[in-house]
Amino acid sequence: MRRFFTLLHREISHYFHQPLAYVVLFFFLLLTGANFHAGISVLNRETGQTSVVEAFFNTVLFWFPFVLIFPLLTMRLFSEEYKMGTIETLMTAPVRDSQVVLAKFFGAFVFYLVLWAPSVLYFAIFQWVTGESAAGAIGSYLGAYSLLVLIGLFYLSIGCLASALTENQIVAAVIAFALISLMFFLSLLSFLFLNASPALRELSYYFSTIEHMAEFSRGVFDTRPVVFYVSMTAFTLFLTFHVFQYRRWKR
Amino acid sequence: MIKVENLTKRYGSVTAVDSIAFEVKKGEIMGFLGPNGAGKSTTMRMLACYLPPTSGRAEVAGCDVFKDSLRAREHIGYMPENVPLPQDMRVSEYLRFRAALKGVPGRRITERLTDVYDLCGLGEVERKLIGALSKGFRQRVGLADAMIHEPELLILDEPTIGLDPNQIRQVRELIKNLRSHHTILLSTHILSEVEMTCSRVIIINKGRIEAHDTPENLRARLSEGGEATMEIRVSDAAATAAKLKALAGVTSCSHQRLGEWTRFTMKIAGDPREHLHALAVAEKWPVRELSRKGATLEQVFVEVTHAED
Repeated sequence: MRRFFTLLHREISHYFHQPLAYVVLFFFLLLTGANFHAGISVLNRETGQTSVVEAFFNTVLFWFPFVLIFPLLTMRLFSEEYKMGTIETLMTAPVRDSQVVLAKFFGAFVFYLVLWAPSVLYFAIFQWVTGESAAGAIGSYLGAYSLLVLIGLFYLSIGCLASALTENQIVAAVIAFALISLMFFLSLLSFLFLNASPALRELSYYFSTIEHMAEFSRGVFDTRPVVFYVSMTAFTLFLTFHVFQYRRWKR
Repeated sequence: MIKVENLTKRYGSVTAVDSIAFEVKKGEIMGFLGPNGAGKSTTMRMLACYLPPTSGRAEVAGCDVFKDSLRAREHIGYMPENVPLPQDMRVSEYLRFRAALKGVPGRRITERLTDVYDLCGLGEVERKLIGALSKGFRQRVGLADAMIHEPELLILDEPTIGLDPNQIRQVRELIKNLRSHHTILLSTHILSEVEMTCSRVIIINKGRIEAHDTPENLRARLSEGGEATMEIRVSDAAATAAKLKALAGVTSCSHQRLGEWTRFTMKIAGDPREHLHALAVAEKWPVRELSRKGATLEQVFVEVTHAED
């Protein structure tokens, strides 16, 4: 376990040693800030049941940067080590392949959480300034943020897999972006199938990240997406582990 | 310490290492010698548990490098060719990370760090970013990393490649000093390095072991071969060369005019210096030099690795 935490610590600090992390943090803050502002402006003009939290998590301005950050966070995880050759010193130390894969994955996950941490402040400031609640209920926060965590786990694992496939970071980013977009656009199927048979509607709901967020940010907690994201993450990490091992074996 | 049996590695249809077998005993410095692409790095990578062998087995400190890889790795300090290091860490930070990763107990890390700084002369760059270090220092960081967990076996792949002559000498001294605590397997294609540091040598070519002996014995193999030089003052160089060549033990003779002196260079078998001297006395040639050079490891190497071509 100590080795895992040593690796994890290294992975996390590696993010903060690189300028990319700060560039991503900066622009991500900028975009989510703009999104927050846009959400409130819309609410100011309309009357309805929508809460600030719902408005924040369910716009194009939210989804667009959201899908983009994953390739940026994960592209270097394995690719850089392959390219630099540091994979050789890493894997000749007494560490298990699984420890390396998990440390890299959770390292990225911790950075992802750091990325989202400031957004909590937006809602806190909103409540402090307006004196009104930003969410309908506390469940709204819990739902939205736990779904953020779940989607994050899944998409980050896709990024890990892409990075384990190639020693070229750009290629890794492109693969990750393509796969994540594909998963994300499956969301839109359920909107195409609005008038289709209930079975098809039901099926498409499983993939529909957008619908999941709409539900969760209203404070509706559904176990189906939880199972979906957790099992998909586990499966993708399992693939990553095998790709990582295979790359060494075939050489 | 190392036991290798029928170790083979194939990359697709290319056989990089072809069923080699050897043993390294505790406290030895084994030199791995071969031209580029001979299979040195592949063998070392297999021993360091980085590459799985295609067939055959290898044991390090009693642990199979494949089946018991994690335990084997604890006994090995490995420095890969070209010393890959992360650019973004400071020297101390990196070595701390590596020490923890290799299972050095937390309370001993600082002590080990001080030790390897002293051994490798890293004290002055401890706070520097690895990316900003010169090649020589990077090499030393690699060495420090290899021995931070006090492994019984050090595997060093081309430890002096790309260094300037002073740095090469420093690294060699360092390796020699390590001999008392570690068994060392090092690879190189620089022959003088092996002659200076190693107690035994394996010459590998095209994935096969061509020779395996002490440097002295390998030289002795060709000890009959060598070169004798004689500088004398004669008027007819060609006739003299013919007389020299007629002597027993001289296989060929060439000459070069140096003013009124002539330098004769002979390929010899055995040691014909006595006959050369006797001839010079009999012919009343004034002699200002008579010397013999034994075969170098370089000649052994060239002979062994070109035998099949």
